[in-house]
Amino acid sequence: MTTRIGVVTFPGSLDDSDARRAIGLAGGDPVALWHRDKDLHQVDAVVLPGGFSYGDYLRCGAIARFSPVMATVIEQAKAGMPVLGICNGFQVLCESHLLPGALTRNDHLHFVCRDQRLRVESADTAWTSDYERGQEITVPLKNGEGGYVADERTLDELEAEGRVVFRYLDGNPNGSRRDIAGITNEAGNVVGLMPHPEHAVEALTGPTTDGLGFFTSAVKKLVTS
Amino acid sequence: MARVVVDVMLKPEILDPQGQAVQRALPRLGFEGISDVRQGKRFELEVEGPVDGSALARIRELAETFLANTVIEDFTVKVRETDGTERAVAGTDIPSEGAPA
Repeated sequence: MTTRIGVVTFPGSLDDSDARRAIGLAGGDPVALWHRDKDLHQVDAVVLPGGFSYGDYLRCGAIARFSPVMATVIEQAKAGMPVLGICNGFQVLCESHLLPGALTRNDHLHFVCRDQRLRVESADTAWTSDYERGQEITVPLKNGEGGYVADERTLDELEAEGRVVFRYLDGNPNGSRRDIAGITNEAGNVVGLMPHPEHAVEALTGPTTDGLGFFTSAVKKLVTS
Repeated sequence: MARVVVDVMLKPEILDPQGQAVQRALPRLGFEGISDVRQGKRFELEVEGPVDGSALARIRELAETFLANTVIEDFTVKVRETDGTERAVAGTDIPSEGAPA
């Protein structure tokens, strides 16, 4: 049986089709999910893609958090279902309080669009088990509000518990505290990051194929579990 | 109809690059003597029915869960009186009624 991984489309999502394509390349069965539909259609995992859900009005991810589909995603995530939030999806996860902290406007106010080197800080999550701790990968980064902030106590906790999953290398692109590019929850099933692994899965269109490991990690985990 | 105002500001310790950009533009425009600018949001809510304790409690919850992200933002709920003045009734720094001190 193939692993069914859902990708939510919100009004304003941009990278949902790339995420579905990446899931297919990793050997999974991509399932399109709709923001107004509470039903997750028996998927084993969910990706919240990049873009500008609901126009990013109020705050990035703030309105998406209250969409019908998110009620079920939040419930299932708390029950252990793997959930990956990429860029806008990371913002939705923070607004949903599935992940601590928040994403704020880049400190230099410019939109960033570049290939970004990252260090994998944890291979102990549902989405990073195909990497090795300390491995360096390059995937695209594109955001205007990617500065990760949290209070010092939360940052210390994330570090102490090994929940910083990715860190920016070659300079901090957006003012994120402690160069944090991605984090996970206590259980390791929910991961959020600003860079875009789904854009680095094929030599033809990506800078590398370094992003494929996110999706193969989830497919393998779910097949063996 | 009664109007309730919710002001939302980034917490003092959170960097406000937009406010900084506004502040830096001021001398170019000939405005001197402004050393800091913080930019926030203001929501004006038209309330149906009386603005009583239970209405304000619901608005406080709305502000806390939706209008503001209390990880990075503070909020203040104000009631606009008939003479146009605004009276703060709830907010990040104002304990809600009945809450333990």
